[in-house]
Parts: sequence; structure tokens; C-alpha cells
Amino acid sequence: MKEEVKLMKGNEAIAHAAVRYGVDGYFGYPITPQSEVLETLEALMPWETTGMVVLQAESEVSSINMVYGGAAMGKAVMTSSSSPGISLMQEGMSYIAAGELPALVVNVMRGGPGLGTIHPSQSDYFQATRGGGHGDYHFIVLAPATVQEMADFVALGFDLAFKYRTPAMILADGIVGQMMEKVVLPPQRPRRTAAEIAEQCPWAVTGRPEGRAPNIATTLELDSAVMEKNNERFQRTYAEIEKAEVRYQEYFTDDADYLMVAFGSVARICLKAIEDARSQGIKIGLLRPITLWPFPYKEISRLAEKVKGMLVVELNAGQMIQDVRLATEGRVPVYHFGRMGGIVPDPQQVLESFMAHFPEASNNSI
Amino acid sequence: MKEEIIIAGFGGQGVLSMGKILAYAGLIDDLEVSWMPSYGPEQRGGTANVTVILSDSPISSPVLNSFDTAVILNQQSLDKFEKSVKPGGTLIYDSYGIHRLPTRTDINIYRVDAMEATFDMKNSKTYNMIVLGALLKIRPLASVDSVMAGLKKALPERHHHLLPLNREAILKGMELVK
Repeated sequence: MKEEVKLMKGNEAIAHAAVRYGVDGYFGYPITPQSEVLETLEALMPWETTGMVVLQAESEVSSINMVYGGAAMGKAVMTSSSSPGISLMQEGMSYIAAGELPALVVNVMRGGPGLGTIHPSQSDYFQATRGGGHGDYHFIVLAPATVQEMADFVALGFDLAFKYRTPAMILADGIVGQMMEKVVLPPQRPRRTAAEIAEQCPWAVTGRPEGRAPNIATTLELDSAVMEKNNERFQRTYAEIEKAEVRYQEYFTDDADYLMVAFGSVARICLKAIEDARSQGIKIGLLRPITLWPFPYKEISRLAEKVKGMLVVELNAGQMIQDVRLATEGRVPVYHFGRMGGIVPDPQQVLESFMAHFPEASNNSI
Repeated sequence: MKEEIIIAGFGGQGVLSMGKILAYAGLIDDLEVSWMPSYGPEQRGGTANVTVILSDSPISSPVLNSFDTAVILNQQSLDKFEKSVKPGGTLIYDSYGIHRLPTRTDINIYRVDAMEATFDMKNSKTYNMIVLGALLKIRPLASVDSVMAGLKKALPERHHHLLPLNREAILKGMELVK
């Protein structure tokens, strides 16, 4: 059967993909630029087909704690919001991480700080990759650049979350949330049965059957020696993830004299700038981290041996650039180009910034 | 084939819908498509615009600084986007409410009196389809059949009785281009 190609917004793709993955519950509160996630789910009415619960909670704090509860039961549960709403969720997110629970949180970023604007931004990079809430923890952070990836990362996020018993985040921006392009949705999967959940998630809180001790989902541990052991276990999980789950994509890096590093839709703006530069004989490559945590340090370190310099392009004041600098260890100059507050640069501005930082690049061009 | 288009005007003129129908027509014709709206509160009464890209190869950036074709439906948008048309490109504008005319000489400029034509149609809501018809006559990016098939996909079923009126509006728009 030929796969059906559909045209939809990134936000809509997330909603469709969630139903098709067999998600058990979505809990959210509307906020631009991601309200279409909730709206599309309400229109799809999956409670009448797969039995998926879709609930508009009274606040983001409520949404994330519903996710916490559902996740503790071994259910595939998620929420979505945008920057200020994600800030409200940070306490719950720390609890979910500390509870070693799988869940998916979607952040379609808008310009901050504060209530900010409703336009695209990437200024929650630090918050997303450093944990965001209190304590030593990480979410696995996936950065989609296309509507197809918005759909695909729902399954990837949940698969990783259940594999490592740690929450995952899709960190998107207003561009990829609001734009429409072609997408092939995954096939419909059934939701897991209670028996399957009991088998796959022996830790899940599912009542107290005969023959096993009660499962308790808690993050409180007053004995510091035990709490340190817990932390050591979390860190072992994170080390495993860092070893096995780094994802990235390279473009034109084989013959590149310079490198751009960008994530999400900004990587696509850079790619257009690079195409323009290459038509002038200036060889720039692009590395697009797909996982922002774990971050592709090794790959950028390898490229630092090959190129003369790097430009990190972000919709913020300079956040991912810190990871790029950690990776390059001072071997090549690393500059930043960013727009803030919801302003999106066009390919020409990206190229102008590159030429301002690397004027010698044009000397070698044809 | 690659066509980078900006459609810009007032919120409520059907700018985003027109772009959407064009994108759906591209989907019908098996092209790569990208539809990137200016979203937000400015769409109510203020300006709205959408970037549509149709291409037979993968599309990199959905955000652009220059366009092959600009469809301009108010003065603010003309002031903003006239300079963004690539040399040799196309600018289509509706003269309704335009008092400072385009001045470029290195692009092809077409005036289309679509707002006036809505009076003949006796239905102001056909406006964006008239403009789309004019665009398709000047830049044959998709056949009327593909556009109608796209429209059928874009439009909820409860509005499908309006398909013939929309077809009429597209043909009307094509006639406006002499």
C-alpha cells in the first residue's frame, strides 16, 4: 500500500502521531504557538477510537502532575506547552525525572524571557538541556527541524523514555510548529493492554496484586545515603544514554572549510545560506544536533580538526554555543549569530554574519 | 522547478488560505511544499503574510529573504516586499487601496483589480480565489484541476458545496489578466 502523504502543521503532526503511537493520555493547557496540538487532539476525538484520554487541565502545573500520575502507572502519557508554560511545569518535571518515569513533554518555544512574544525562539536551550528544575537530572531532548520529525519524534521520544525510564522532551520552535509541509504518519498502533504494561513496566503503580510487594512512586528520600545511591543510579543511566543515543545530521562537511552549527528550523535557514555561499565557492558545512541532550560533543570535536572556524546560529543570545565551545576546546574560533525575542533571521542575514566573522573566506572563493 | 512565493495583505483577505490551497495543489502535483505563515495577533486587522515554496527538490529553509513571485494585497505589504522580489521576478498587486505604486523596473509587475471583481461576483469572500486565479494565469504553477483537488482537501466537507463558486472565482481571476 502506498503511504499516504499529508500536508499539515508541525503541531498537528504531533497530535496525529500521538494517537497513532497508542498514547494513553494527553494533558495540556493552550498556549500559542502550540495550541493546535490540543485542538487537533480534541478534533480527532481519540477517546472514541483508541481510548486515549485528552484532557484540558486548568493549568500547566496541573497538566504536568497528571502526566506524573499517569507515568507512575506505566502509561504512555504526554503534555505540550510553550516556554512560559514549560517554566510552570519545572517542579513536576524534576519529580518525573527523580521518579525514573517515562513521559513526553513537548515545548514549542516562543520568545522570552517572561511572558514574552508568541513568535519563534530557541531561548529555552539551557532550561531543556540542563534539567530546568532543581536537582541533578536530564531529559532526553530531541530537536525536530521538519514536520516529519515532529511526527517521528513522538514515537522516538516515548521509545527512549521507556527504554531508559527517563522522560524525554521534543524541543521545537514556533516555525516548525506553525509551518505546513508534507508528512507521512506512522501506522496506527493499539494502546498497550494492562497485562502488557504489567509485564513491560514491573515498577508501575497498578494496584497491589497478590504475590508482590507494593510499588511506590516517590521522589522523597530523607536518608541522604540512600538519596546519593539514587543519584548514582540516575547518573549511570545518563552515562548510558550519552554513550548510545547521540543523534545528529551532517551536511556538506566532507569538503567544508568552515562549519555552521544550528538546531531545529534554524538549521534549515543555515542550509539555505550555505547553498548560497557554495554557489560563490565558499565551502561551509553544517552540523545539526538532533539530540541536544545528549549533545554531539565528539562529532563537533572531530570537525574542529578539519575546519578553520565555526558559527553557531540560534534564536537566542548564545546558549548552545557553550556546548560547541566545550566540544572544540579552543582549537578553532567559535562565533555566535542570534536573533532574540521572536525575530527569525533570513538566510542572507546568516550569511552576512558569517562573512563578518570570517572575511578571509571570500578571498579563497572563485 | 522551484518557485518561492510571498502572499501578503490584510488579515481577513484570505491570504493564508490562498497559500494553503496553493500548497495543497503542490501536494496533488507531487511537489515538495512549504507553507510558513506570519502567525499571531497581527492577523486581526493588521497585515498577514505567508511564504509558500513549491519545488521538485527538497526544500531547505521555509524562511526566505527574496522571492520569485510576490502577491501583494495592501500598501503596507507593497512597501515591505517590493524590494524582496528577485530581479526578473513577478509582482502581482491589487490596486484597491494602493496609492504609492510599485516603482521597480527590473521585475514584471501586474495590476489585478480583484477587489473590483468581487462586486461582479456579488460575494466578497471569493476575493482570494480571484487573486489565486490571476496568479495561476501569470505563473502557471498548477493546473486549475490540481488547485480544485487541493481545495477539496483543504476545505472541510461541510463547505464542499462552495467548490463550484470557488472554481468560478478562479476562472474570473484568470480572465482579469490580459
